[in-house]
Amino acid sequence: MQQTFSNPTEQLKIVIVGHVDHGKSTFVGRLFNDTGSLPEGKLEQLKLIAERRGVPFEWANLMDALQSERDQNITIDTTQIWFQTKKRQYVIIDAPGHKEFLKNMVTGAANAEAALLLIDANEGVQEQSRRHGYLLNLLGIKQIAVLVNKMDLPNYSQARFDEIEKEYRAFLQSVGVIPKLFIPISAYHGDNIATLSEKMLWYKGPTVLQTLDEEFRVSQPQENLPLRFPIQDVYRFDERRILAGRVEAGSIKVGDKLIFSPTNKTSTVKTIERWNAQQSDSAATGESIGVTLTEQIFVERGAMAALETSPPYELSRFKARLFWLGRNAFKKGKTYKLKLATQEVECEIDTVEKIIDSSTLETITRAGSEVFIGRNEVAELRIRTKRPVAFDAISEIVPTGRFVIVDGFDVSGGGVILDDNYPRRTSDSLHKSDNIFWSHGKVTAQQREGRNNHKGCVVWLTGLSGAGKSTIASELERELFNQGKHVYVLDGDNMRHGLNSDLGFSHKDRTENIRRVGEVAKLFADAGVVVVTAFISPYRSDRDLVRKITPEGRFVEVFVNAPVEVCEQRDPKGLYAKARAGEIKEFTGISAPYEAPEKAELEIHTDKLTVPEAVGRIVEYLKQQDEDLSYSI
Amino acid sequence: MDYLSKLENQSIYIMREAFNKFEKLGMLWSIGKDSSVLLWLARKAFLGHVPIPLVHVDTSYKIPSMIEYRDRLVKEWNLQLIVGGNEAVLKEGRTFPNGKATRVECCGTLKKDALKAVLDKHKFNGVIVGVRRDEEPTRAKERYFSPRDKNMEWNVEDQPPELWDQFKTDFEKDAHIRIHPLLHWTELNIWEYVERENIPLIPLYYANEKGERFRSIGCYPCTFPIKSKASNVREIIEELRCTKTPERAGRAQDKESEDAFEKLRRDGYM
Repeated sequence: MQQTFSNPTEQLKIVIVGHVDHGKSTFVGRLFNDTGSLPEGKLEQLKLIAERRGVPFEWANLMDALQSERDQNITIDTTQIWFQTKKRQYVIIDAPGHKEFLKNMVTGAANAEAALLLIDANEGVQEQSRRHGYLLNLLGIKQIAVLVNKMDLPNYSQARFDEIEKEYRAFLQSVGVIPKLFIPISAYHGDNIATLSEKMLWYKGPTVLQTLDEEFRVSQPQENLPLRFPIQDVYRFDERRILAGRVEAGSIKVGDKLIFSPTNKTSTVKTIERWNAQQSDSAATGESIGVTLTEQIFVERGAMAALETSPPYELSRFKARLFWLGRNAFKKGKTYKLKLATQEVECEIDTVEKIIDSSTLETITRAGSEVFIGRNEVAELRIRTKRPVAFDAISEIVPTGRFVIVDGFDVSGGGVILDDNYPRRTSDSLHKSDNIFWSHGKVTAQQREGRNNHKGCVVWLTGLSGAGKSTIASELERELFNQGKHVYVLDGDNMRHGLNSDLGFSHKDRTENIRRVGEVAKLFADAGVVVVTAFISPYRSDRDLVRKITPEGRFVEVFVNAPVEVCEQRDPKGLYAKARAGEIKEFTGISAPYEAPEKAELEIHTDKLTVPEAVGRIVEYLKQQDEDLSYSI
Repeated sequence: MDYLSKLENQSIYIMREAFNKFEKLGMLWSIGKDSSVLLWLARKAFLGHVPIPLVHVDTSYKIPSMIEYRDRLVKEWNLQLIVGGNEAVLKEGRTFPNGKATRVECCGTLKKDALKAVLDKHKFNGVIVGVRRDEEPTRAKERYFSPRDKNMEWNVEDQPPELWDQFKTDFEKDAHIRIHPLLHWTELNIWEYVERENIPLIPLYYANEKGERFRSIGCYPCTFPIKSKASNVREIIEELRCTKTPERAGRAQDKESEDAFEKLRRDGYM
């Protein structure tokens, strides 16, 4: 039957699951044939191959694309194939039924919105029939129809069908699943697939095809949930600093006041960024967008934005139900990586409440004292993370209520977060993370400054490479030292050897580099030292961050200004030449932006001043600042 | 949200994951419709920028207008382009058009080996590729993030689980990951999106005065046009809604033997 359709408006993904050899791939082949969805010549080609190999023709060969699958007549890996009805486009996900390939079944099913579960009428309910039913529920698939296949074998017997329905319905009920319906079929002969079978007139329900179109729905995002916007990355391709991410729940709009986990910092949405799309001041669930903020705060991948009025939980212990697919067991006492939305954190098993055989639903008891969850087992447990994680319970918000566990290089388990009496975080930033308070000693900064007879402060030299920052820094240090002041130059390279040795030169790492330098500089200043830094620090927001964490009046931004032509001519390290030759990517001033300070305390034109003159200006400025030091010791 | 937007948003999410997770990331660009849609999606993901170098494996048997189109877009869209190829084999003339290799062997050296060489040379540990599940059955089994070992081999029987958009981003040294942001698109979806976004493509896809057009484009000795009157995007969409001929019917290397193409892909072919 040749079918042409006007615009399909929706797409539904359906996974086909069930025990090995219960006819999943055969069913899909038949469904495609009976709906006229097979490509031209495909059937003939498969028949010819079967003939050449001297084996009977199998519908399953349509899906089992791998030679090893055809050789063994089994499905090893999940596969996807498309077809259309008048109503919508379908993505059919064929999943393997072998226990051995459960991770592939989970991969297929985790992508689906609905499921067809096949049971062989002859063999009846088997181990994987039950396990798959259990896992579908855990994977969040609520729309399930059960196909009792191979009805030709028990002579299309209604009694056999009723028996299987009764047994399996009871099982599903015990795990909290209510199936849409049970349909008796024969995939091999095409009974009740696209047309009603004349051999089972006792069956009064719809065909499989009608079930797809009429019983199943495309899931709609729930727009009324609280906003969850996990930050995927921070882009700075031009002058804008854009937070990239996908709206996982709720919606976001310009003017929304956001609170970010885990820092508890707040800012307001300035713009919603898209490319080649209709301009809109808001974004709905599922949209991958960019966001700029009115007030620059430190945000990186893994942060989660929410509205101040409804933030997620943020804790380092939660209750979960987990299935384990890893070759090696999930062991208590060992550290794993947990990934939840864009967060990644080290975790371990806190306590295991129970381990379940997901087929028999029996609780597994272990001999010996070692606590672990084995392959293909399910557990209810508490997980402890090294740092607090922002999350929701699966019952509240699905995308932020589930996680995976990585063992070594491999995703080895998945879990959903169960309800518990989690303390709801308040949006009051005074209650900020984890009860860490700044501890105050008995000597104050004021007392230190009084004894030193000068203030502790951060002299932050910023400017292009070759503008003269390092030269000025070292001369300034000598000059102030000679005047008897406590002074220290925080050198960029030295920092990268030690404290920042884990950082590279990516955007994110550069920002983190500056943040750490800023934090160290702040401590030096607090200790009463004049700390001089010489970093290009091209981004205004990075410098402003340091300004923000340093006490009022203790951050002296010095714009070491020389035209790029002059710097390039000086080129003391030969870097400009390399950048022009394309050997250095993202070189400030050539292929990466430099955001000049707008409110620097001092601006020094090194193309017009000599080094001693430049140093003199800074010394003079600091002296003025110290004049209001009128304490008596 | 309509389904094209759903496909688009998913692809953007995957590209952004790849960009964040891989230090040395490249994107294959065959100049065809799929990788051109991929390039468009990169501009969507990175808000008008393409911060990922494009890798074109040039077999020297590409249709000349493809190279013109490539070089024009590189200029107009400010793209970084790396061109790879297998000079040795071309020099020795061990190719299918020279009669000294089968089609599959020719694909193996001029495309697969050339790809490996260019990946090695630039030390890419992530490569974005525009393959789709509905193109061909082994691609239907792909993951979004699909690991290849140091010899570029694909262990198709033991692929990593992939659930809830958590992808494989941890892997052994020397291995690399193929990233497939278009995996969930169909040929029809691609054209519907080309229409919606008005994406420029090479003219070879549109029927000429002889009533022929290319549905899938590769090297000219192994790619054949189909009979078609579809001379614009809308007409192609209408044509695809009715057709029952598979997309790669005009690609001769797929059909040398029952599992020839599967073997090629296991060895690292895109």
